[in-house]
Amino acid sequence: MDELILAEKRFSSRLFMGTGKFSSNDMMERAVAASGSELVTVALKRVNLNDTADDMISHLKLPGVNLLPNTSGVRTAKEAVFAAELAREALDTNWLKLEIHPDPRYLLPDHRETLKAAEELVKKGFIVLPYINADPVFCKQLEEIGVAAVMPLGSPIGSNSGLKTRTMIEIIIEESNIPVVIDAGIGAPSQAAEAMEMGADAVLINTAIAIAEDPVRMAEAFRLAVEAGRMAYKARLGSKTTHAVASSPLTSFLEE
Amino acid sequence: MSFTEIYKQYDWDEIKTQIYEKDASHVLAALSKKGGRNLNDLMALLSPAAAPFLEQMANLSHELTQKRFGKTLQMYIPLYLSNKCSNNCIYCGFRNNNKIKRITLTLDQIMDEVKVIKSYGFDHVLLVTGESKGSAGILYFEDVLRLIRPYFSHISMEVQPMEQVDYERLIKLGLNTVLVYQETYGKKYHEFHPGGMKSAFFYRLETPDRIGSAGMHKIGLGALLGLDDWRADSWFTGLHLNYLKKRYWKTKFSVSFPRLRPATGVIEPRVIVTDKDLAQMICAYRIFDENLELSISTRESVKFRDNAIKMGITSISAGSRTEPGGYTADTGELEQFAINDNRSPDEIACMIASKGYEPVWKDWDIHYGI
Repeated sequence: MDELILAEKRFSSRLFMGTGKFSSNDMMERAVAASGSELVTVALKRVNLNDTADDMISHLKLPGVNLLPNTSGVRTAKEAVFAAELAREALDTNWLKLEIHPDPRYLLPDHRETLKAAEELVKKGFIVLPYINADPVFCKQLEEIGVAAVMPLGSPIGSNSGLKTRTMIEIIIEESNIPVVIDAGIGAPSQAAEAMEMGADAVLINTAIAIAEDPVRMAEAFRLAVEAGRMAYKARLGSKTTHAVASSPLTSFLEE
Repeated sequence: MSFTEIYKQYDWDEIKTQIYEKDASHVLAALSKKGGRNLNDLMALLSPAAAPFLEQMANLSHELTQKRFGKTLQMYIPLYLSNKCSNNCIYCGFRNNNKIKRITLTLDQIMDEVKVIKSYGFDHVLLVTGESKGSAGILYFEDVLRLIRPYFSHISMEVQPMEQVDYERLIKLGLNTVLVYQETYGKKYHEFHPGGMKSAFFYRLETPDRIGSAGMHKIGLGALLGLDDWRADSWFTGLHLNYLKKRYWKTKFSVSFPRLRPATGVIEPRVIVTDKDLAQMICAYRIFDENLELSISTRESVKFRDNAIKMGITSISAGSRTEPGGYTADTGELEQFAINDNRSPDEIACMIASKGYEPVWKDWDIHYGI
C-alpha cells in the first residue's frame, strides 16, 4: 500500500479537501465522502467554536476523516497564532493549516508573517502545514524550522488555472525532505493527476469540487485522478524526447 | 495623487458621452477578454450597447462569482441607531426638514434590538445612523461597539464621514467595515445635498481614503440610483475602486446598488433605473472586478432579489427594519425608506437554499483583526 506519512500519521488517500464554497453542508459532506479524503480543512472563521453542535463541524464528523483547521482570514502572525490556539482547544487537534494572506483579493500568502507564525507554532507543539508561494528557498527554510509539510500554490486560490508554478514546484519536490502538497489553483482532475505524476505527495482541492455542477461526482473524479497520477509516478513515466536520438554526431568518433 | 486630483481629470458629461458612444464591438471585446477588465471595458459593459448582451453578461457574471465566492451568500442585517440628521438630502426620509419623530437609541434599547436580531440568527450587523455628531458621534459609537461586540463577529457601519483617528479608534473596538456612498459623482451633487456636512462633496469623496489609511478591513462604495445617469455614476464608482484597491491593498471592497425608494417628504427619482438596468449594472461590476463583493438590500423586490443572487450578488440583507427601534416596536413612520421585501430572515434563507446556495451567517471571527 502506497501510504502517505505526514507527521507520523498514515494516510491512504493523497487527496486533501477544502470545505468552503459548497451549496450546503449536506452537499459538502457527500462530496467529502466521495473523495475518500482523510484530511479536510475547516475555516475557523466559518465555524462557531463555542458551539459544540456547529452545523459545519457536525457534517464533517465522518469515519476516517481528520479535521485540519485553517487560519483563512488572518492577516498577521499574531492573529494566526491566536487563531491556532483557539482551534486547538475547540477542535481538539494540534494540526493546523497556516495561511496568512493580507491581500483579500488574490489571497496570496505573506511569507514574512508565515515564517514568523510557523516558528512560534512549531515551538508550541503544533503540526504546521503552511500555505505558501511556490518558492523553493522558502520551503527549505520552513523545513528547517520544523513544519510537517509545505503547501505551495499551483496558481492563486480559486483560480482553477492549474500548475502555473510548475517549474518552481519541480524544484521544490526535488529538494524537499518533507511532503509537498499542492494546495491551490488546481481546477480539473487532469491537473491533479499532473501534480501527482510530477511527484507531489498530495493535492488539496476545494473550488473545483465545490462549484462543479455535480460536486459528488467531481470529488470522485479527483479521487481517481489523484490515484492515477500517483500510480504513474510510482511506475516511472518514460522521459519525453523532442527529437530522434539514433545517431550521436558529437560522440560517434569515439567508437571509430 | 489624491482621488480628488484624479477625479478632476475627468469631466462628467464627457464620460457620459463616451459611454453612450460605445457599440456592440466594444461590448464583445470586453466580454471575450481573459482576466481583468479595465475602465474602458467597464464603459462598454455599462453602455446602452450592452443591453442586448444581458443574458451573456449574466452567465459570465454567474460563473465568475461562483468561482471566487462559491455557492454561498453572506447574510447581514441593518440596525438603525438614530434618525437624527443635520443634513437635508432631498431624497432621504431622515432629512432635517422632515417633521418626523427623532430618536437615538439608548444602550438599553440597543440591547433589546440586538436580542431580536440574534434570535434571527445573524452574526453580521450593519449599524446605521443619520449625521448627528451631538447624539451619535464617536463617543456614542465607541459605547455601542463595546456593548455589541460580544454578540457579533462582523460589525459594519454606515454613518457620517469621520476623521482617520476616529476610524482607528473604532477598529480597536472591533469595527470591520465602513460603507460610505458618494450618492452621485455628478455635477448635480449640490442640488441633492443642499445642507449640512454632506454638502461638502470633496470631504465625502476622500472619506474612503481616511478609512483605508486607518486600516479598515472592508470599505463599501456605491451611488444612489435615481439621482443622475446611473451609467456614468457606476463608471465613476469603478474609477474610485480602481484607485482605492491599489492604494489600500489589504482592504476588501464592496459595492451596493441602493435604488431610490419612496419615503416621507422626499423627491421622486429624477431618473428611472429599471430592473434591467440594475441587472446590467450588477453584471458589469462583476465582470469588471471578479473579487468585488456585491450587496443587495431589502429596497429591492422579492422577484428581483430572488433572481439577482445568481447574477453576481454575494451578500444580502433580510428581515430589515429601517427605523431605529424597529425590531422591538412597530414605529412605522420613522423609517428611512420603505422596505420592498418583507420576508423573514428564515424565509430568505430557505429561498437561498432552494436556489442551490448556502446562506452564510458567520464568515469572520471575533478574534480576528484586532
